[in-house]
Amino acid sequence: MSGHDSKYFSTTKKGEIPELKEELNSQYKDRRKDAVKKVIAAMTVGKDVSSLFTDVVNCMQTENLELKKLVYLYLINYAKSQPDLAILAVNTFVKDSQDPNPLIRALAVRTMGCIRVDKITEYLCDPLQRCLKDDDPYVRKTAAICVAKLYDINAELVEDRGFLETLKDMISDSNPMVVANAVAALAEIQENSTRLIFEITSNTLSKLLTALNECNEWGQVFILDALSRYRAADAREAENIVERVTPRLQHANCAVVLSAVKMILQQMELITSTDVVRNLCKKMAPPLVTLLSSEPEIQYVALRNINLIVQKRPTILAHEIKVFFCKYNDPIYVKMEKLEIMIKLASDRNIDQVLLEFKEYATEVDVDFVRKAVRAIGRCAIKLERAAERCISVLLELIKLKVNYVVQEAIIVIKDIFRRYPNTYESIIATLCESLDNLDEPEAKASMIWIIGEYAERIDNADELLESFLESFPEEPALVQLQLLTATVKLFLKKPTEGPQQMIQVVLNNATVETDNPDLRDRAYIYWRLLSTDPEAAKDIVLAEKPVISDDSNQLDASLLDELLANIATLSSVFHKPPEAFVTRAKPSAPRPDDDDFPDGGEPTAYSESLSQGSDRASAAPPPSSSGAPQPPAPAAVPDLLGDLIGLDNALVPVDQPAAAPRPSLPILLPSSNGQGLQISAQLTRRDGQVFYSLLFENSSLAALDGFMIQFNKNTFGLAAAGPLQVPSLQPGSSATTLLPMVLFQNVLPGPPSSLLQVAVKNNQQPVWYFNDKIPLQALLMEDGKMERQSFLETWKSLPDANEVAKELPSAVLQSVDGTVERLAAANVFFVAKRKNGNKDVLYLSAKVPPSVIFLVELTAAAGVPGVKCAVKTPNPEMSLLFFEAMEALLK
Amino acid sequence: MPVAASAIYFLNLRGDVLINRLYRDDVGGNMVDAFRMHIMQTKELGTCPVRQIGGCSFFYMRISNVYLVIVVSSNANVACAFKFVVEAVALFKSYFGGQFDEDSIRNNFVLIYELLDEIMDFGYPQNLSPEILKLYITQEGVRSPFSSKPTDKPVPNATLQVTGAVGWRREGLVYKKNEVFLDIVESVNLLMSSKGSVLRCDVTGKILMKCFLSGMPDLKLGLNDKVGLEKESQLKSRPAKSGKTIELDDVTFHQCVNLTRFNSEKTVSFVPPDGEFELMKYRITEGVNLPFRVLPTIKELGRTRMEVNVKVKSVFGAKMFALGVVVKVPVPKQTAKTSFQVTSGRAKYNAALNCIVWKIRKFPGQTESTMSAEVELISTMAEKKSSTKPPIQMEFQVPMFTASGLRVRFLKVWEKSGYNTVEWVRYITKAGSYEIRC
Repeated sequence: MSGHDSKYFSTTKKGEIPELKEELNSQYKDRRKDAVKKVIAAMTVGKDVSSLFTDVVNCMQTENLELKKLVYLYLINYAKSQPDLAILAVNTFVKDSQDPNPLIRALAVRTMGCIRVDKITEYLCDPLQRCLKDDDPYVRKTAAICVAKLYDINAELVEDRGFLETLKDMISDSNPMVVANAVAALAEIQENSTRLIFEITSNTLSKLLTALNECNEWGQVFILDALSRYRAADAREAENIVERVTPRLQHANCAVVLSAVKMILQQMELITSTDVVRNLCKKMAPPLVTLLSSEPEIQYVALRNINLIVQKRPTILAHEIKVFFCKYNDPIYVKMEKLEIMIKLASDRNIDQVLLEFKEYATEVDVDFVRKAVRAIGRCAIKLERAAERCISVLLELIKLKVNYVVQEAIIVIKDIFRRYPNTYESIIATLCESLDNLDEPEAKASMIWIIGEYAERIDNADELLESFLESFPEEPALVQLQLLTATVKLFLKKPTEGPQQMIQVVLNNATVETDNPDLRDRAYIYWRLLSTDPEAAKDIVLAEKPVISDDSNQLDASLLDELLANIATLSSVFHKPPEAFVTRAKPSAPRPDDDDFPDGGEPTAYSESLSQGSDRASAAPPPSSSGAPQPPAPAAVPDLLGDLIGLDNALVPVDQPAAAPRPSLPILLPSSNGQGLQISAQLTRRDGQVFYSLLFENSSLAALDGFMIQFNKNTFGLAAAGPLQVPSLQPGSSATTLLPMVLFQNVLPGPPSSLLQVAVKNNQQPVWYFNDKIPLQALLMEDGKMERQSFLETWKSLPDANEVAKELPSAVLQSVDGTVERLAAANVFFVAKRKNGNKDVLYLSAKVPPSVIFLVELTAAAGVPGVKCAVKTPNPEMSLLFFEAMEALLK
Repeated sequence: MPVAASAIYFLNLRGDVLINRLYRDDVGGNMVDAFRMHIMQTKELGTCPVRQIGGCSFFYMRISNVYLVIVVSSNANVACAFKFVVEAVALFKSYFGGQFDEDSIRNNFVLIYELLDEIMDFGYPQNLSPEILKLYITQEGVRSPFSSKPTDKPVPNATLQVTGAVGWRREGLVYKKNEVFLDIVESVNLLMSSKGSVLRCDVTGKILMKCFLSGMPDLKLGLNDKVGLEKESQLKSRPAKSGKTIELDDVTFHQCVNLTRFNSEKTVSFVPPDGEFELMKYRITEGVNLPFRVLPTIKELGRTRMEVNVKVKSVFGAKMFALGVVVKVPVPKQTAKTSFQVTSGRAKYNAALNCIVWKIRKFPGQTESTMSAEVELISTMAEKKSSTKPPIQMEFQVPMFTASGLRVRFLKVWEKSGYNTVEWVRYITKAGSYEIRC
């Protein structure tokens, strides 16, 4: 029944490529087809078969659909690496898009959209336009997605050709699958645009809700996800929507169920009737539970989402805790999540059952799971006051098992329980002390030491116990050292006898003189000073009553939780992070460097770096682009505003005056007429040996603009931003300047040097703006370009004459030799020597362009007469044109 | 954004790429290296099926000896992605005659590429119904078992069927004999404490259907569930018939079932796909009839000996019987020697599983069977025995028995040609995770 394609994977000889080439050009159809199969097989295993491009494309003109598909597959993979040859395929594409067979028409449009070569994109428009209006729904549904593909490549083109309008009309298409794909495409385009493109009106809403009943499962997901953005006008509309969405909860496809749940939860916010809400909660519980009988991976996704849902609406699953009991054979990731949810659902009513479960888990094999189970008992104790005693007795039973990691974990949680219920359960300290010798984990040790210090007055041999730890003080991890320090101080304050006094001496000495850890040292010095100046104050401070801790099992804050709930079923809901925290949004910039592939070698360091960046960003405050509190107005804009308010006459001196000084000199790159009121002027400058991009933003639009970001396309010098663009929120009518530090050689554009610098700037309110700037070479000239006479001569001689280029600079003037030398030196073109040649002065200068291209310069001119002859000799003569431009600018 | 994938990879256990298909441009071609290096070659494999590495996220599933890995860089719909993988695998299996492993992938890679192109576009899942796809995606040597037509002829209206409202059934089917087979398959999940109290117990059932029906029939299924019966009697304004009714906790349906109608009228009506499919799934927690009771007693006789007694009672009807009963009784790792006595079946010590495996081929209803084993342990240096005690696990199948009590009351078939249909119904109950702690 199955095929026998595996033979195509077997390599025949070393000369595979020429052999394939020959076969591809065979006159026999079957041989050609086999050859293409071999090519695809080679491509799959990662061999580079791009050199066969022309030969494969030649096989494209075929009646055989299977062969055609294979060729198309090849094209998708290699067109980008052979953009000039890819054009060969265009004719066939265009022809295929008019084929009588709808499958072929659709195939052509589908494939063309996947080929991200600008030249092909142009040809795509006409076939796409036709196919969007095709009689066959299969072609239309493919064309709808193709609009999204095209938008990703060239958004302007899509808008210019009116494809967005066509796409919007497709929402009313008679075929449900066309509707679904159009909705998916529109939703995606909307996500990548700052303009309102896909507005969901109540009219669209009702159309889509009707389509929901007819389209296939995936289409239902597209529609539900798109509709979850819709905000109902009032409670009644919300109820209506929910009523039409609830039947989806019975769908066998988990994605449909989760998307329906997402939408219902969104609308529930508006519903005021408690009966309706209660009823909805009741309806949502069974489908959510049913998700737990699907594949473990899907269970995991469901559990991560349920975790969020129970935080928002604990009632939904309040009675279903049993379904979260772990099965022995559940994968560990499912068990961990179930445990988390069990803690969240634990209540006075079910705690006995839950504790029995936790106790059972605490004897399982997987150490991490066991630890989590023990910790779960502690968290329940903290959460449920009335059950605390039962929790503690379970913990004590577990400690008696004497399994080392169980004991340590138990001690850690018992410390928290002591904090939560002071002066209640101290009777168990004696039991804990029995395990003292077995503690080897820092956190457990630290916890035990904390307990000893905190209850030093009730533990008869507290000083002995602590002393046993002190011996190894220098070797302990910082966590333990800090606790030891504090515990010893507590002990001393509580029992100021001789033993503790000696101990405190030892500890303070260890923690100040002997340590490199600044935290430890600082804390030790504070204690030392406190104890030596005012022991009573020390007592007040160190032994002060501590605030009661609370349960942290509902840890997400409300606004984050709401954002995550709006993202149910997506990665965001699985990671419990807002999308901005892990999606790198370099997307909307069209002139994107296309080498963002991973390096072939795949250096692990690169990965781990970006990993840690990711987590940093996740833990830090959400990035400014998130819709949070409005940004504080720009500091630069403040004086202006104040000035307006107070009256400019006696106003404060605007602070930004000096910064604004270079304003007139910045050329306007994006006039406000093109930028919907945003004007951008910018220039590369050099300051203190570093390249900066000096930018001026002027907002004459009617809305505040914020969230500015900048990106540079590949360029000759690989100039790129060294950091994020620091532009505050721009109020209407205000402006801001900034100096963006730049780095070199990040994304180098190969080929002949060019001064072109393509820049993309975006903000949260407007589309992405693209503009071109010139790289002035004078901004790149390096400070260490000075050369001694001798080395200048040697270098000059060592370079072949072919490397000498000369040019007349007609507009340049040499006013005076000294003045020119000074001016040039300030611009990092350094004087070497001069001579007279008739009435003309000849100057020899040197300069250096990064990375370290030396320019040897000869300037010949008569003082005061316009027109300078500039000759340069350099190992890199292609760059001399740029250099001439720079010299001309410098000598003006 | 309901995008499910930017790229999909099929890898074998060594990490070699069997199939790769890039759907979007936002992930590099070499991201799979990152997966190999940071997940496959580390202990992380199996700790979490959704991972982030660098700017990309990976979702992966293992199916037989193949990893299916999805890579995305946006906030993709994970639920959609996993479901897509599950359904795609089902699709491939139906093409490859039930197989899905490294060999079958290599042997069909051209077909797989063709299918991957069809079932997902730009990361959005499209129609994945095997029935429809087989109309126009065919390979020599791979013929649809249900197709009555020769496969090399293109189907004229295939495209309409892919996108149609009944995107899972093709038109113009003709069968000489119109037959429907219904299989009600239930899995009983049980978690029982060592003291014999039921901690958790539920039944997940599914109704599998095999349809050989001509034309475009409308089907309606009636079950003995309480809500459905009440609604029915309401609509027909006559009292509900007496008899056992059951309460379904939740039902989910194949996409062919009209959900809006189910919601309003509680009737299961649908136009079925041709051939075999899963019509519905349900879940029941109340009133479950457990087919077996297991009563273990484990006595530790000193440090190196223990005695294990397990009594299994069948509590279903005396005329029925269970097949393939397996009871796995865990014993400590340091087991040295075992000896057993069983009243029926055979027992064996399996050192790899650390279990005594007791098998009984046929287990009649209303009977009981016992195994008593004596286990000798190696005396170890460690004072305490490992504290972990896995539960006793049980496998079985009981034909013509439903743990939930579910019954099919009727299956009506309407077709405009008005043919007669023969309906066959089978019931079977299997063990899901049937665990007894000891």
